[in-house]
Amino acid sequence: MSPLLVALLRILAALGLMLFNGVILIWMLRRVLGHLHLRYGPIHNGWQGLLQTPYDVLKLLTKEDVTPSAVDRILFALAPAVVFTPSLLAYAALPFSGTWKITALDTGLLFTFAALSIVPIGILMAGWASANKWSLLGGMRSAAQQIAYEVPLLLSVLPIVMFAGTMNLGTIVEAQSGTWLGFIPRWNILFPGFWPTFVLFWIAGLVELNATPFDMSEAESELVAGFASEYSAMKFGLLFLSEFSNQFVISALGVTLFFGGWMLPWVPVELVAPFAPFIFMFKVYLGIFVIMWIRGTFPRVRIDQLMQVGWKWLIPINLAWIIVFGTVWKLFTLGQGVS
Amino acid sequence: MIDARNIILETGSLAAEGTYNPGRPPASIKRTPSGVDGLTTEHLIINMGPQHPSTHGVLRLVIEVDGEEIVAAETSLGYLHRGIEKLAESRRYEQLGTLMDRGDYVSGIHGEQAVALAVERMLEIEVPAKARYIRTLMAEITRIASHLVWFGTFGLDTGAMGQFLYAVRDREVLLDILETVSGQRMMFNYVRPGGVVADLPVGIDAMIRSFCDGFDGYLEEHHDLLGGNEIFQHRVKGVGAIPRDTALAFGLTGANLRATGIGFDVRRDRPYDAYPELEFDVPVGTIGDAWDRYMVRMEEMRQALRMIRQCLDGMPEGEHTARVPKVLRVPEGEIYAATESSRGETGVHIIADGSVNPARFHYRSGSLYACQVLEEILPGHLLADAVMIVGSLDIMLGEVDR
Repeated sequence: MSPLLVALLRILAALGLMLFNGVILIWMLRRVLGHLHLRYGPIHNGWQGLLQTPYDVLKLLTKEDVTPSAVDRILFALAPAVVFTPSLLAYAALPFSGTWKITALDTGLLFTFAALSIVPIGILMAGWASANKWSLLGGMRSAAQQIAYEVPLLLSVLPIVMFAGTMNLGTIVEAQSGTWLGFIPRWNILFPGFWPTFVLFWIAGLVELNATPFDMSEAESELVAGFASEYSAMKFGLLFLSEFSNQFVISALGVTLFFGGWMLPWVPVELVAPFAPFIFMFKVYLGIFVIMWIRGTFPRVRIDQLMQVGWKWLIPINLAWIIVFGTVWKLFTLGQGVS
Repeated sequence: MIDARNIILETGSLAAEGTYNPGRPPASIKRTPSGVDGLTTEHLIINMGPQHPSTHGVLRLVIEVDGEEIVAAETSLGYLHRGIEKLAESRRYEQLGTLMDRGDYVSGIHGEQAVALAVERMLEIEVPAKARYIRTLMAEITRIASHLVWFGTFGLDTGAMGQFLYAVRDREVLLDILETVSGQRMMFNYVRPGGVVADLPVGIDAMIRSFCDGFDGYLEEHHDLLGGNEIFQHRVKGVGAIPRDTALAFGLTGANLRATGIGFDVRRDRPYDAYPELEFDVPVGTIGDAWDRYMVRMEEMRQALRMIRQCLDGMPEGEHTARVPKVLRVPEGEIYAATESSRGETGVHIIADGSVNPARFHYRSGSLYACQVLEEILPGHLLADAVMIVGSLDIMLGEVDR
C-alpha cells in the first residue's frame, strides 16, 4: 500500500475512534450521573439505553443550523472546527499498544499538549463571534484559565520525562514493564517520587478539560451555556464532542504516564500484547469514570480562586518539585551513565 | 468536621443599631468608563434573567460588570404577577387560602395560616387545641420541605448537581405525607378559618415518625456533602454579607435577618397557634453572609424536626375545627396577622367592610424584601457570587410578584 493511503486510513481510524468514543462517553456520563443522583438516566432505547445517544446524534444532524443575525459569520462557522481539529490531532501520539498507534512520535508528549492547547483559541473565537455577552464571558474565562493552567500541566509531567529520558509515549510505557524488588509493578504511580507529580497533573488536567469543579467556561448556573450558548445543531455537536474527546485524551495521558499504559501488573508483556488495546481502553474509561464521578459530586470553584491556585500555588510547587526531583535523580544516577 | 462558626441558639433583640446610610449613589445605567494606560475600557451591562438558570424563576437582574466584578445591579420584578391582591377582593374569606397557596407555592401552609389567623382574630373565633397542633405540625413539615428545595437549588447554583436530587428524594416523602393529610402535594387549601379542613388520617403518626427518624441522619448527610465541602465553604464564606442596619432598613425577615445576628422570629416573638407550647431554639448567625444563612437554615430544619416530634407527642384529643358559619361575614375593621414562613414573615393585611369579601387585601412576603437588598449587596462581588447570593437569600418569585 502506498504510504499516503496508510496515513489516510490511520486518520480515518482516529476519527472513527473519536466519534465512537463520543457516543459511548455521552451514554456513560448519563448513566454514571444517573446512578450517582439516585435516578436511572436513559434506559428505554436499546439495551440499557445504549441507543439513546445515536438517536440524539441523529437529532443533532437533522436539526436546523441556526446562525443568529448579529454574529461574526466567518468566526462563528470556523470556531467549532478549530475546537474539533486539535482534539482529533491529540490522538496521533497515543500508544494503544506496542504496535497500535497512529504515529510513533519522539516528542509525543509535547505534541499532545501542543494540540490540546489550540482548543481554547477555538473557544475564545466561539465566545467572541457569538455576539452574546454570556458567551463572551465564557470565552474569556476559558482563555484566562487555559493560559494559567497550561504551564503547570506541562511542568507537572517533567519529572516523568526526566525519569524515562524520553518524550516518546510508547517508550515511557515500555519503561514501566517489569517489577521493582521483584513484586512491585514498575508503574510510575507506585513510585513515591511521582505521587506529587500525579496530583499536580490531575488537577491541571481537570482544569484543562473544563471539567467540574473547574468548568468555568460553561458554568451553567452562572453563564447559561457559556461559549456554546448560540450554537445549535451539529456545530454544537462538534463543540460537545470535542469536550468528550479531550476527556479521553487526558485520561489516556494519565494512564500512559502513570498507570503502565496498555500493560497489566505481573503479567509478561508477550501475554498481554494481543489484548493490549482493550486493556488500555479499559484503564482510560476508568479514568473517565473518575472525572464523571467528580462531576456528579463537586461544587464549582470561583474564577478568581482558580487563578490564585494556578499562579500562586501550582506553578511554584511544580517548579520546586522539579528542582527537588531533578537534584535527587541526578545524585542517585551519578556515575551510572544515565544522563 | 464542619466549622459551625458560632451559630448561637436563642438570643437577640429587634433593637436597631445605628442608622442606615447607603454610602453610594443608587444603581444607574452606565458609569463613566475607566481608562487603563490610555486605553478606554467600558463596563458591560448584562441581563441576568428572567430566563437564566440561577434566578429561581423569573427574577431579572440588570448587572453592570467591570470584567467579572459587579459595579451596580438593578432588580426588575413583576414577571410572575398574577394580581393575587386584587383577585382577593372578589373572593370570599374562606377562599383566600387558595390564593395564598399560589403566592409562595413551596410553603403554602404558612400563607394559609396567615389568612386563617387574620380572619379568626377579626371574628374572635376560638380555635380548638387539636387544630392548632395540626396546623403547627403541617407548618413545620412544610418548612422542611421548603428548605429542602432551597438546599437543593443552592447546591445547583454552586454546580453540585447531586445535592438537588438527594434533597428531592427526602422532599418526596414529605410531599407524600402532606398529600395524605390534605389531599394535595402543593396547593393544600388545608388550613381554614376556625381550624383545619379535615382531621389527621389514621396511621399518619407512624408515617411522620418514620420520616423523622430517617431524616435525622439524612440531614447530617446533606450537611456533610455540601457544607462539609471545602470548595463550597470557599464559595460562601464572607460572600454577600449583609450588615445588621442594612438588614433592618430593608425590612429583611426570617433566616436572612437571623443570619445577621438579630434573633427575630414571629413564632417566638409574636406567637400563634401551638408555638407558645412548644420548645424550640431560634438560630442566629454572626455576620450575615451566605454561609451564615446556610447554617441558620440547616439549623432551622433540625429545630423543625424537634417541633414535629413535640407536636406528635402532645397532640390533644378533640375537634379539628371550631364551629364557624358556612359563609364568613367579617365585621368592619382592619387587621394584620403574620406567620413565620420559610422565607421570612408572611403577613396579610385585611381591610374588611362588613361584606363577605375583603375591601382591600395586602400580602407581605419575605422574598420581596430580600430581592430589594440585592441592589445593595451585589456591587463589589464577582458575577459568580451573584448566583450564590441570590441562592442563599432563598427568593421565591411566586410571592415576590404575586
